[in-house]
Amino acid sequence: MRKLLRNLVTPVLLAIALVTVLSACSTSPAQTTPSGSPASSTTTTSTPPVSSLNGAGATFPNPLYTKWFDEYFKLTGIKINYQAIGSGGGIQQITAGTVDFGASDGIMTPEQQAKAEAAFGPILHIPMTSGAVAVIYNLSGIPSGQLRLNGDILAQIYLKKITNWNDSRIKALNPGLNLPDQPIAVVHRSDGSGTTYIFTNYLSKVSDEWKSAVGNATSVNWPGDIGAPGNAGIAGQVKQLPGSIGYVELAYARQNNLPWISLQNATGNYVEPSLSGTTKAAEGIPLPDDMKIMITNSTNPEAYPICGFTWMLVYVNQPDKAKGTALANMLWWAIHDGQKFTTPLDYAPLSEDAVKKAENQILSLKYQGQPLITR
Amino acid sequence: MSKNNLERRIWSEGKTPYSAFWAGGDNLKSDKTCETTPFPIQPAKSAARIRRVRSIGDRIFPRFTLILAVLVLVILVGIIVILFLDAMPAIKQFGLSFFGSTDWDPVNERFGALPAIYGTLLSSFIGLIIAIPLSIGAAIFLSELAPAWIRSPASFLVELLAAIPSVIIGLWGLFILVPFIRHPVESWLGDKLGFLPLFQGPPFGVGFLAAGIILAIMITPIITAVSRDAMKAVPDTQREAMYALGATRWETISRAVLPYCRSGLIGAVILGLARALGETMAVTMVIGNSYKMTASLFSPGTTIASKIASEFSEASGEIFIGSLVELALVLFVITLLVNIIARLLVWRLTTVKVEGI
Repeated sequence: MRKLLRNLVTPVLLAIALVTVLSACSTSPAQTTPSGSPASSTTTTSTPPVSSLNGAGATFPNPLYTKWFDEYFKLTGIKINYQAIGSGGGIQQITAGTVDFGASDGIMTPEQQAKAEAAFGPILHIPMTSGAVAVIYNLSGIPSGQLRLNGDILAQIYLKKITNWNDSRIKALNPGLNLPDQPIAVVHRSDGSGTTYIFTNYLSKVSDEWKSAVGNATSVNWPGDIGAPGNAGIAGQVKQLPGSIGYVELAYARQNNLPWISLQNATGNYVEPSLSGTTKAAEGIPLPDDMKIMITNSTNPEAYPICGFTWMLVYVNQPDKAKGTALANMLWWAIHDGQKFTTPLDYAPLSEDAVKKAENQILSLKYQGQPLITR
Repeated sequence: MSKNNLERRIWSEGKTPYSAFWAGGDNLKSDKTCETTPFPIQPAKSAARIRRVRSIGDRIFPRFTLILAVLVLVILVGIIVILFLDAMPAIKQFGLSFFGSTDWDPVNERFGALPAIYGTLLSSFIGLIIAIPLSIGAAIFLSELAPAWIRSPASFLVELLAAIPSVIIGLWGLFILVPFIRHPVESWLGDKLGFLPLFQGPPFGVGFLAAGIILAIMITPIITAVSRDAMKAVPDTQREAMYALGATRWETISRAVLPYCRSGLIGAVILGLARALGETMAVTMVIGNSYKMTASLFSPGTTIASKIASEFSEASGEIFIGSLVELALVLFVITLLVNIIARLLVWRLTTVKVEGI
């Protein structure tokens, strides 16, 4: 018995030691980061050349960011690694200080913001581009853009209060269309998503009933029928299920020629989703200095109502002068020269107003109280 | 002289010829000395060296494997501990009501597990109902009835089915199976058997039925392969004894082969069930992901695994993440229970005498 114990002691100790070492390895980067310095390198000597920046977050702008960082590498030789792990992941990573910038399609909640600011000080939401959400449908004989809906009826459909395509309220908006007697199958995203955030933000603005019963988040308690993973999942469902309705990113709908509805905007005009309608949504409306605004249901007469910014999340007080300068320069490039890459990739360029606000945000970035770049 | 020494001597003497062989050319050259001395010194020396080397190996190897075995246990315990810690906010917040609530409302942070547990069990149950007759039948054919030239290619093909990645089965399910289920299957069932609550509601195609069928397809290969092996392991004397009593082929299979390998068959089914409970990707694509509990097989639902996979990446807030982790814990417990029940069943069946012979 004693021999057995003696034989057991060494391996058990060794195993525990191994596990401890492994877990220490995995946690040490976060622990050794001095407080007040996200992802700092330990070098504090005067501006060594920075070769790389790290970022993580939203999947929606990933194709654009990939193009940007590729072009930016050709221009400057600075390599920017971006991990498209989702907006929630981006917020977590920047809060933990493991990346130089985060990216998100949604605004951080007050709790998230408080947590991040407690760790590393004030954090900025800098707009990079904007995107729209198209509402797609499957009704034979009704071509894209012909079906008209308004926000209230869209909310009623997603609340399952309007359940048939020949409902009198839908007919009233579409006097010229022969709407079938067919149940409406409502399709939504099953995974948490910035697209859902923008879509439910719009529905919450146009319908009090939606706001109180369901609300606005990346993932909500859907009254509706079918959840499908990703844009491709929704498109796949809507394509094959007659009478269904769903929502996808505009870029995805355009590239796959999905039929979309014309939606009545806040001024009463029926608008098809488009890049110009998305840019317009941020024009002619007051933008706050912190740019934490959802531009859904914009009051611009030409605006498409379901769209939103996507942001990079950056700490005001940069822990490392060289990295901070590189980051500020990259952001500056992105909101100016970078904007020409948006349209070919089906993203909407920032409006003039939005660019001005973003400029001020970037100029406010600091290292030990000193501005990082001046223009 | 102690017993130990004696053993050692016997050992070294016994091994001398081998040692001489291992020692190589030197010994072969000294043939003459071999003739004069029956026990040459050199071989004995190398035998001692080998013994020392061996005993080091013997000492290290058990400890090394013990470390590995302990590591596996440490990982298992680590998983449970981490799950518990991460689920703590949700456990504190909801307590037992987590298991009775049908809410999943990230906006107001109200979460419950019931629809996910229900969906997991229901879809796996449908999968088993379809897969068990299919795969046991196939296994009987492959092990008892098929001509020899079919057996190995057919078994190979069955195992090939198990090698298809689940995301590919999911895509196939979404684009081929779901439309088929929607049109002929669900519309027909709804027409003829629509009075049953099982077959009510609009035929979306996606839902519990589609998920169950996909799961059946995914677990059939493993159940078939394992139960075929179990049937092959039945001694031929069993069959010969039955034939000697004048039994037909059917009687032999149903009275001798199947009862003899019952525990193996149950093991096969449990392996399949374990795979069905944890299956994620394929199910997510066809189950419709609606957090509802309805009796209708046509209605969209969700499973624990697909809920976690869908929402974890974008979940924020301690309670939301904690609830997802608690779901994981629930799945862990369910699979554990399934395995325990299986073990008990197998024990019971192997200790009870085979009837019917």
